[in-house]
Amino acid sequence: MEPIQLGNGDAEFIRKVEVESRQDMKKCYQCGNCAAGCPMSFTYDYTASQLIRLIQLGQRQRVLSSRAVWMCATCETCSTRCPNEIDVARVLDVCRHMARREGYAGERNVRLFADAFLQSVRMNGRAHELGLMAVFKLRTLKFFADLSLAPAMLLKGKLPFLPHRIKARNEVADIFRRFKEGRAEDAAGGKP
Amino acid sequence: MTTGKTFAYYPGCSGSGTSVEYDKSSRAVCEALGIRLVDLPDWNCCGSTPAHQVDHVLSAALSARNLAQAETLGLCETLTPCPSCLKNLHNAVEHLREPGFGARVNALVERPLTREHSVKSVLQIIYEDVTPEKVAEKVTRTLNGLKLVPYYGCLMNRPGRSMHFDDEENPQALDKLMRALGAEVLPFPLKQECCGGAMGVPDNRITSRLSGRLLEYAVSLGADAFVVACPLCQMNLDMRQAQAGDYYGRGFNLPVFYYTQLMGIALGLDKTRLGLDKLIVKPAAALAKIGRKAKEEAPAASGAGRTAEAEVEA
Repeated sequence: MEPIQLGNGDAEFIRKVEVESRQDMKKCYQCGNCAAGCPMSFTYDYTASQLIRLIQLGQRQRVLSSRAVWMCATCETCSTRCPNEIDVARVLDVCRHMARREGYAGERNVRLFADAFLQSVRMNGRAHELGLMAVFKLRTLKFFADLSLAPAMLLKGKLPFLPHRIKARNEVADIFRRFKEGRAEDAAGGKP
Repeated sequence: MTTGKTFAYYPGCSGSGTSVEYDKSSRAVCEALGIRLVDLPDWNCCGSTPAHQVDHVLSAALSARNLAQAETLGLCETLTPCPSCLKNLHNAVEHLREPGFGARVNALVERPLTREHSVKSVLQIIYEDVTPEKVAEKVTRTLNGLKLVPYYGCLMNRPGRSMHFDDEENPQALDKLMRALGAEVLPFPLKQECCGGAMGVPDNRITSRLSGRLLEYAVSLGADAFVVACPLCQMNLDMRQAQAGDYYGRGFNLPVFYYTQLMGIALGLDKTRLGLDKLIVKPAAALAKIGRKAKEEAPAASGAGRTAEAEVEA
């Protein structure tokens, strides 16, 4: 990692992460337990403990543009093993939220899968695997990935062709619409 | 034992698709154990991993609509078989207690919640309320001879300070329930190591690498099958088993049962309610092991007896 000039940290970033995740970053003394147990570390640029340190130092740009915040699988090993009970997985989730809001490109396939999944929920009220996979493949052009899995799943009736639409799907669509309009933040007097 | 107790039931989306056999067998087992499930009317997807990765308020709002549906039934205890649904519904309840969070969620939903809710896994109710001892009393066909590797996945009991179920580092619920059915449960150090979760679609090399490690270890222990409690883990280990085999340059052939399917067999439930034909890796060879050990060991045991007698005579 390149050297970081102490004292140049973004204090507002530290505060936002702490408020949104409800975790106290000062509690971390860099024991490294979170990083040691992380099953996704092999895909990360910074380890979980390095990310926490970067947050402590207010390194907004480094944290929000990191691959790690997108690759976390939220398995909760880190949160379970932190001796200071920091919910590390929640902190990484919050960093991913910020990265999304602030328009960081992130890991394309991970982002597009989440988008395709939620689009399916918004439209049907429930997730429709076949439909969301089609959307994901069209957007990523990964037409052949996992194609070999389809015949067996179709044969076993595990990939219904049609979505299970709920009656009140308007209520679910409304949740997404109000979220997009920023109603949640208006209700709380702005993002913390 | 909670005979006759009624819970709201949240099947989750995979229950009518990729894990149809889990939903089916969970219902059958609950019925046999006297756990009454009433489906949440017109439930919606909890948003799974994608929702909480986009925003915690959005995720909680999707879950809150479901809990509001439970209130229309007059119920505030909800059960779900799926750990990912469990986590979202449970976290929604927990986060709603935090100052300011409820107002944000209420701004998104049609009907704010009016009651305090609890959300648990079906496994937790079977383990804690019914108990393995009571399950053992109901076994009509012991699973003797079947060697199982219990795999819990990440979400059901971690972190312990939030989930309040079983041990957060060495859970025992599946171990003890399967032993109650007569199966042999092998000690499995990777019982909570991540299978790759929702990474299968974005990049299946990740699920292959992580699930393949679990499969390799299970095979090295001489297991006949995995027993799991999570639709996503099951899919990564079963549907993606061939991908994991390719990744490690070897073949795997290890069936991956839902614990409810094995409970159903041991409780003598109608096979058509267990969906064994839905598993991708065929379970026939593993199922054929049931009862074999008892038959094989019987003569061996009498032989050992004779030897002991011979020794006494000598």
